[in-house]
Amino acid sequence: MAVVEYKAPKTIDEAVGFLANSIHPAKAMAGGTDLIIQNRGHYDQPLVVVDTKHIDSMMQATVDADGLVLGPSISCAELTARDDIKAIYPGLIEAAFLIGSTQIQGRASIGGNLCNASPAGDTLPALIVNAAQCVIAGPDGERTVPVEEFCIGVGKNCMARAELLVALKVPRPAPGTADAYLRFIPRSEMDIAVAGAGVSVTLDKNGKCTAARVAIGAVAPTPLLVPEAGDALIGTEIDDAALDAAAAAASAAAKPITDRRGTEEYRKHVVGVLTKRAAKIAAERARGAS
Amino acid sequence: MSRTHVTTTVNGDALEFLCEPHETLLDALRNHLNMTGTKEGCGSGDCGACSVTLDDRLVCSCLVLAAEAEGKSIGTIEGVSNKDELHVIQQKFLEHAALQCGICTPGLIVSTRALLQENPNPTEEETRYYLAGNLCRCTGYDKIIRAVMDAAETMRGGGAA
Amino acid sequence: MSEAREYKYIGQRSIRPDGFDKVTGRANYGADLSLPGMIWGKVLRSPHAHAKITKLDVSRAEQHPGVMAIATYKDFPAVSSEAFEAGEGATDLLDLARNILADGKVLYDGHAICAIAALTEAIADEALSLIDVEYEILPHVMDVRDAMKEDAPLLHDDLFTQGLPEQPDKPSNIAARMELKKGDIDQGFADADVIVEREFYTPTIHQGYIEPHACTVRYEEKGTSMVWCCTQGHFDVRASTAKLLKMDLSKLKVVASEIGGGFGGKTTVYLEPVSLILSRKSGRPVKMVMDREEVFRASGPGSATRNWVKIGAKKDGTFTAMQARLCYEAGAFKGSPMGPGCMTVFTPYDIENAYVEGFDVVVNKPKVAAYRAPGAPQAEFAAEMVINEIARELGIDPIDIRLKNAAREGTQTLYGPKLKAVGLIECLEACKNSDHYKAALKDNQGRGVAAGFWFNIGGQSSVTINMNPDGTATLVEGSPDIGGSRASMQLMAAEELQIPADKITPIVADTEVLAYNGTTGGSRTTFATGMAVIEAAQDVIRQMKERAAAVWNVTAEQVDWVDGTAVNTAGEGRLTAVEICAGADRTGGQITGRGNINARGAGPSFAVHIADIEVDRDTGRTRVIRYTACQDAGKAIHPSYVEGQYQGGAVQGIGWALNEEYIYSKDGILENPGFLDYRIPLASDLPMIDALIVEVPNAFHPFGVRGVGETGIVPPLAAVGTAVANAAGITVTELPLSPPRVLKAMQSSSR
Repeated sequence: MAVVEYKAPKTIDEAVGFLANSIHPAKAMAGGTDLIIQNRGHYDQPLVVVDTKHIDSMMQATVDADGLVLGPSISCAELTARDDIKAIYPGLIEAAFLIGSTQIQGRASIGGNLCNASPAGDTLPALIVNAAQCVIAGPDGERTVPVEEFCIGVGKNCMARAELLVALKVPRPAPGTADAYLRFIPRSEMDIAVAGAGVSVTLDKNGKCTAARVAIGAVAPTPLLVPEAGDALIGTEIDDAALDAAAAAASAAAKPITDRRGTEEYRKHVVGVLTKRAAKIAAERARGAS
Repeated sequence: MSRTHVTTTVNGDALEFLCEPHETLLDALRNHLNMTGTKEGCGSGDCGACSVTLDDRLVCSCLVLAAEAEGKSIGTIEGVSNKDELHVIQQKFLEHAALQCGICTPGLIVSTRALLQENPNPTEEETRYYLAGNLCRCTGYDKIIRAVMDAAETMRGGGAA
Repeated sequence: MSEAREYKYIGQRSIRPDGFDKVTGRANYGADLSLPGMIWGKVLRSPHAHAKITKLDVSRAEQHPGVMAIATYKDFPAVSSEAFEAGEGATDLLDLARNILADGKVLYDGHAICAIAALTEAIADEALSLIDVEYEILPHVMDVRDAMKEDAPLLHDDLFTQGLPEQPDKPSNIAARMELKKGDIDQGFADADVIVEREFYTPTIHQGYIEPHACTVRYEEKGTSMVWCCTQGHFDVRASTAKLLKMDLSKLKVVASEIGGGFGGKTTVYLEPVSLILSRKSGRPVKMVMDREEVFRASGPGSATRNWVKIGAKKDGTFTAMQARLCYEAGAFKGSPMGPGCMTVFTPYDIENAYVEGFDVVVNKPKVAAYRAPGAPQAEFAAEMVINEIARELGIDPIDIRLKNAAREGTQTLYGPKLKAVGLIECLEACKNSDHYKAALKDNQGRGVAAGFWFNIGGQSSVTINMNPDGTATLVEGSPDIGGSRASMQLMAAEELQIPADKITPIVADTEVLAYNGTTGGSRTTFATGMAVIEAAQDVIRQMKERAAAVWNVTAEQVDWVDGTAVNTAGEGRLTAVEICAGADRTGGQITGRGNINARGAGPSFAVHIADIEVDRDTGRTRVIRYTACQDAGKAIHPSYVEGQYQGGAVQGIGWALNEEYIYSKDGILENPGFLDYRIPLASDLPMIDALIVEVPNAFHPFGVRGVGETGIVPPLAAVGTAVANAAGITVTELPLSPPRVLKAMQSSSR
């Protein structure tokens, strides 16, 4: 598709109106780092772009006792500079920090990463382990969807026509909780994840794991929450045996394909390695925090 | 397709241009404003040759719609030197032979300026990661990193900039 | 001779004269020129690896508003098969035409079919979708091993293998075979205590220059047509384009823009003839710029190879026999660098018995182009890997085994000449004595060493030096500057003239200004164009002496040239260059020096690299932790840019070894035509690259210069390959050493 019209609404209602009433197909844009590439050329297929960066609420992030309310269009560069958010969700911030180069960071957003619905989106497993909720506005009002249900296929999300992701609500984690995200790429930067793993663990005062969530990316059509991997950690002190069990569960849950970025066999293996390493980091952080 | 009128600021100059809605900021700079110092290497945000600042934030101009420049402040390679007096970064690139073919150089200099504004005292590792989005195929990066580190040191020391 | 001479300018790390424009964004590259009334050209490309075009109807596109012209193969004047020299090596005119615009058949994904020029890029793009093309898909073949089989699908029914004892009567995908031999190979292997043989695979790789191919052209029916383009050789762009379009050379002016990297890939034409056709048909200037995807799919990458090497050695490490069978992919048309592969594979070694057989094979991939030391990295990778394995088996240090067998002055090469003084032993010794080689390794780390050789070439260069009335000089050369060569020319002219370097302005002139200049390639520019610069400078000095002699009423022989000043040896008097030039109007007019040469005696350059690699045992990911590139420059004219060549070559080789490869689908479609998945090294992937310059002067150059541009990409494949093998405890036979491949090898390793 080729952009034939650019709209810069100032309110969510206005944005939803553009998405709903445009004569050509319309898409919401945050940083545009995926959208602009995907819609290059094809001048016979018109597209209206609705830029969400002029809507104040979509460009703000606030932390309070309930947790984080994240405007989905904030750039990763702005977000990763927020020490208040990083202190609570270090894994989410490191996932945001992994997206692309410095230049891409200047534009890319978590909302865009999520709506693009790539199985390899780095922030998706990190949002899932933090039990984030997606607030979606549309012509008929707002609804809320757990983030693990947001992506429904490769490049497909659960939003209907004219719906817009307007906020991400990330609950404040229980005391003794910490998260971590790791991905594997062939180079040191700039690549799309071959596999990714996010882990959140809650430790009690004795260092025993009381809750854990593990989510994996780039190993199935959508990012996956892997309860079996979390269960493998719960009740343990996150020792080597527990880590190995979580890794095995993550590998078992992975249903990857072979493509130019990795083989099925390799991805299954590496997602286990990442799960183990990320769980270790999350546990260390939780021990430090509790 | 109707053309869009954009009022913007480039390197401090108030400018206007007309663009197609599908055109990028890179297209506008190169084809409408005749500022060809910003280069296109890939058109997909993977090489950094088109790096510019948009309201002081480093971006790939190939991944910004030209229409988004409305009301913004853009910084390009053409605005790095002060008339004919080179910026310290430019001078250090020359002294360290940090360019061969030179096609990546404008992007690298714009990125380096952004790096040193954010972090005046970067480590070698921080420098390498910050500049990872600026591909150079000629130099192997060695002399570029040395030039950036030297420029940082000079700028910290209050050298002419 | 150069050792005796004290240099005033060469060897200095001066500021390059073109640098100011490049750090300010003022330098103009291939895509940076626009002309009044200019329109945009775009190319329709094949979506299939191999297909017959059964229908090509452009009528709907032609009628699309804003479309100004369409070009297809039929727009070429009749061309026939004819070999001619252009760029790096011989080209067949018919192949060139059929590669630029397909003639009824497409031979690879991305093969150009036709081109459209329109008022805007968007209109041209839109019109491409209105072209009605139908294909009959043919079976494709993507690998030399398959393409060489008897029953392989044939790309060309008019291709017969060259170089066989008897002319074959059946067409084949094997375009050519060659062999080189020396001594008695059977006896050599019989004398060996240890023999190692292996077959290696190297993938299709791309030069990866950051600037896509681009040109802006204006066709003139009655006057002179103009092509502005990024190229390593604008005189050869003129030659190819004029031949294809049947134009007089004098009616076609080609201007070389600044060039954003080439590495051999910008030594041929793709867009230039097509855009001239579009300009002729539309009557408008035309600009064409490839996008990155087109660059990967349809410019000339480097050959994939399957190379088998067998080497025998005595217990003491003396090599007794070396044998190789080298199979190179040419892409869709004949002409891989199999020849240079055969000629370089064993050249670092003084060996009595050797036999090399090479094959040039067509496959359904883009026609390869030169890539930095074309053919040598693939062949020498195989040889150096086997040598390292022999050293390991014999328990001999890899540098020591090379020192024992190293090529030196007097070594009879397999391909022809006896070597003059060369610097391989000096490079090996410098590496052996380096801190790097003495440094200890940690767990999961491995080290690899490899040598490399490239011939270097000379060839034709034409230079003029125009002296200005104020004593400054404009140095006019015709070699596109891809890595700082204007700085070298400036320093060499300053050295010869003995006038300050900053008083000399070097420029790269267009094809109307100078006589023919060969393409920048083969590491020839600093050597050959440098010799033309020296000759032109000597011509200037001769004339300056004559002018001074006339003033003093003595003979020119009685005038010396000292420190940029004419000195009367027959009496009193000194005249500086500034004074002579200021008075030139009174002594016979302005002074121009000329150097038109066909340079012989290019000195080969040897290199030795050391790589340290760390491997992540859980994922197979590798990291380069230390790297040294040591190479013989003969004489480093500008040491910084010599180091830059070593470092850049090393890093391209590291990319080739670790991550770079063309990935094709089962259908023969390129799956990674972009910098996202064609993974060239990043700043964050690398350590500093230590560059060690060895200087063993080339006797044929006044300053001792050897070309340095290419050799640096030869050793990294085996240096990195061996380091990974040692770090991971695996046997390496295939590149790239991407994480999945390394992990798999570790999981099944018995080493």
